[in-house]
Amino acid sequence: MKAGRLKQGLTKQWLAGIAAMALPVLAWARAATPAVEPDEPVRWQLNMTPGITHTSQMAYDAHMFALWVCVAIGVLVFGAMAVAMFKFRKSKGAVAAQFSHNTTAEVIWTIVPIIILIVMVWPATAKLISQYDTRDSAMTVKVTGYQWLWKYEYLGEDVAITSRLDRASEAMRQSGRQPSLQELPHYLRDVDNPLVLPVDTKIRFVITADDVIHAWWVPALGWKQDAIPGIVNEAWTDIKKPGIYRGQCAELCGKDHGFMPIVVKAVSKAEFRDWLAAERAKNEPPAVAAPAPAEAAPAEAAPAEAAPGEAAPGEAAPGEAAPAAP
Amino acid sequence: MATHYEAAVDTHGHTTDGHDDHAHAQGFVDRWFFSTNHKDIGTLYLLFSFVMVIIGAAISVGIRAELAVPGLQFVKPEFFNQLTTMHALVMIFGAIMPAFVGLANWMIPLQVGAPDMALPRMNNWSFWILPFAFLLLLSTFFVPGGAPAGGWTMYPPLMLQGGANVAMTIFAVHMMGISSIMGAINIIATVLNMRAPGMDLMKMPLFTWSWLITAFLLLAVMPVLAGAVTMLLTDKFFATSFFNAAGGGDPVMYQHIFWFFGHPEVYIMILPAFGIVSEIIPTFSRKPLFGYQAMVYAIAAIAFLSFIVWAHHMFTVGMPLGGEIYFMFATMLISVPTGVKIFNWVSTMWRGSLSFEAPMLWSIAFVILFAIGGFSGLMLAIVPADFQYHDTYFVVAHFHYVLVTGALFAIIAAIYYWWPKWTGRMYNETLAQVHFWWTLVFVNLLFFPQHFLGLAGMPRRIPDYNVVFADWNLVSSIGAFGMFVTPFFMFYVLWQSKRNGALAEARAWEGAKGLEWTVPSPAPHHTFTTPPVIRDGDLAHGDFAHMDYE
Repeated sequence: MKAGRLKQGLTKQWLAGIAAMALPVLAWARAATPAVEPDEPVRWQLNMTPGITHTSQMAYDAHMFALWVCVAIGVLVFGAMAVAMFKFRKSKGAVAAQFSHNTTAEVIWTIVPIIILIVMVWPATAKLISQYDTRDSAMTVKVTGYQWLWKYEYLGEDVAITSRLDRASEAMRQSGRQPSLQELPHYLRDVDNPLVLPVDTKIRFVITADDVIHAWWVPALGWKQDAIPGIVNEAWTDIKKPGIYRGQCAELCGKDHGFMPIVVKAVSKAEFRDWLAAERAKNEPPAVAAPAPAEAAPAEAAPAEAAPGEAAPGEAAPGEAAPAAP
Repeated sequence: MATHYEAAVDTHGHTTDGHDDHAHAQGFVDRWFFSTNHKDIGTLYLLFSFVMVIIGAAISVGIRAELAVPGLQFVKPEFFNQLTTMHALVMIFGAIMPAFVGLANWMIPLQVGAPDMALPRMNNWSFWILPFAFLLLLSTFFVPGGAPAGGWTMYPPLMLQGGANVAMTIFAVHMMGISSIMGAINIIATVLNMRAPGMDLMKMPLFTWSWLITAFLLLAVMPVLAGAVTMLLTDKFFATSFFNAAGGGDPVMYQHIFWFFGHPEVYIMILPAFGIVSEIIPTFSRKPLFGYQAMVYAIAAIAFLSFIVWAHHMFTVGMPLGGEIYFMFATMLISVPTGVKIFNWVSTMWRGSLSFEAPMLWSIAFVILFAIGGFSGLMLAIVPADFQYHDTYFVVAHFHYVLVTGALFAIIAAIYYWWPKWTGRMYNETLAQVHFWWTLVFVNLLFFPQHFLGLAGMPRRIPDYNVVFADWNLVSSIGAFGMFVTPFFMFYVLWQSKRNGALAEARAWEGAKGLEWTVPSPAPHHTFTTPPVIRDGDLAHGDFAHMDYE
């Protein structure tokens, strides 16, 4: 892009950005409808949301509890400082006292914080133990991070899909233009093939990577786990609410770390069964008829997800995926 | 207070009154390249760190310019990763650490009554390694493959995908490590061996105490960093598989080794700040530091705890449950001694007689804003919540609060505080206040919204983001642009002072205590060439029961 045009465009973009900030109407602009995408972030968002799983609710609760404890301590400490700065100014004639220590006070403000910490860590430990419990899950999804896309395999089902940044976002980021919420509401948060999952099902994830360390994170689910080459990490989720939930890679993995999003599409169990069957059917090898149709085979293989789908059964070795987390 | 300071007679038998013919006799090269003088070496470190802070800030302006609005306007993603990596390496190893070492060099001998550091020639080499190390590191921008782009944490396997920058960065890190280790040796030897008679350990200023403990941390962990990066080097060039699973190694092992260095490293960057603030607040409260002993023990407790919490940087790596629970609780424990220090600073101010010159303003801002950084740190320690915070802008906000409004504010406070001692001049208080308030506004515009961005779901180390995150990103970028002018403004304030600031007294601040305030301002090139006679009343932490000054 030529420098002159770039500068002009940029000034306009920045002015537009600043102007947009000033319009409160747009503060509620959301392209996603809450029903379809229950947990999308909003403009000017201040806080974490409770998400749509028990785990995410626990994360939110732990976060809010810690936040309020810190606010209370901050009010006390900063309040005392404010009083001191006002009341004990030399310019107002304050004469300094000369006390220099108080052992009782030191003991109190050592013990009391320890008690506060115990009160914080006790429920946090219970939450953490629950998050590590992957037993009794109904299905397993293997997540593999690549530079720079995700692959999802439904272990035991002969279905695998690759999930890449969608074309519209890719085109936008190559163009250097500034995207808008109206034009591209899910810029950098949309993929070609989302991970389809059933609701009300305990789903176990096994997570690894092929090249460098990535991390799989969907805030609405309430957790992230690193995807490390040579290691298989475990996690689980149980989605309560159907909808579309978006996330991103959360470990620096090279130039397109910011461009490998995650989309989870949570659907009813029946819908999931149908979808899974359709995917399996897509991956079945074409009926072996005459050797002639060399054109038929490539036509079958053309969709991007079919190729790794066919490769997957060989790799996934269903039921044999080593689940041990280190 | 007209008293006679015997210490002010140097070996030539002259009273040192600001003119030092010894310094004038040295040539420029001799004085500045072959220095064995702790004051000059301290000045060199501070000047170096000033240059590096500007380079680091310029890099961050590039980062925030790209992040100001969504879309990729200025840089390619791979270059953006180089910017974030180099910003951190330059700021941590080039700005913050050398600035603290420069302050240590200047002030420790003055505070303990020693003529210089224990090993003056090694001291010189400790400094001069740094410009070469950073020349090597910064030149990676200009080699094929560019600067390192795997984050300052240099995790494999990603780091090993780099080109020429891998070896160059590792060599630069080794050089910086050697500099730090030699500096730490010097500080320990000086403090333990060269205190003037009467300067008992439990009478030392808190700045010296904080550096004594920091020096032990440096000795313990810089070799660990050296080991980690050497293993990276051999994995890349000598077919080892320390961190390569296919060869039987483990990428997570790197993280453990790195963070075993990395966590004490962040305490290395904050303990001297605690020492500085513990000097300044009593001075401008005209009241002794509250709980001197508790303050010393708290620093020691923080230093000890810093060794056993490293994996809180790795909560999402797949550690066993027991490990996660242990590291959660140990990390939370650090807030106890830190809290003690904050309560003691507030108690020092309580019922004092406060004035708000620049050093005090920066120190008060330190206490409040570092506490905010500490709060976000406590929140990060809670693992179920950390699963949502990790690798987001919430972490970025946390460490910038503790490092910028924490460590950097303390460094600036120290410079304004000891400036009259170094130069014999006062700075213009009005200009210094403008510097402070401007910085306060823009630093909070820059970093506070990053808490919101992290909580809303924005990851770190990305050059572009969904439009819904645009608003806070623009606010943050405006903060960054405003911040960028501040080091230049500070330079102007200090330059003006050197040119025509008011002359400073030996005890430049009314409430100041400590041996450094018993020598003239500016401090003569050589001080305490004969050990001073220590009167407890001169000390900030002397024997209060028998105060023997008027």
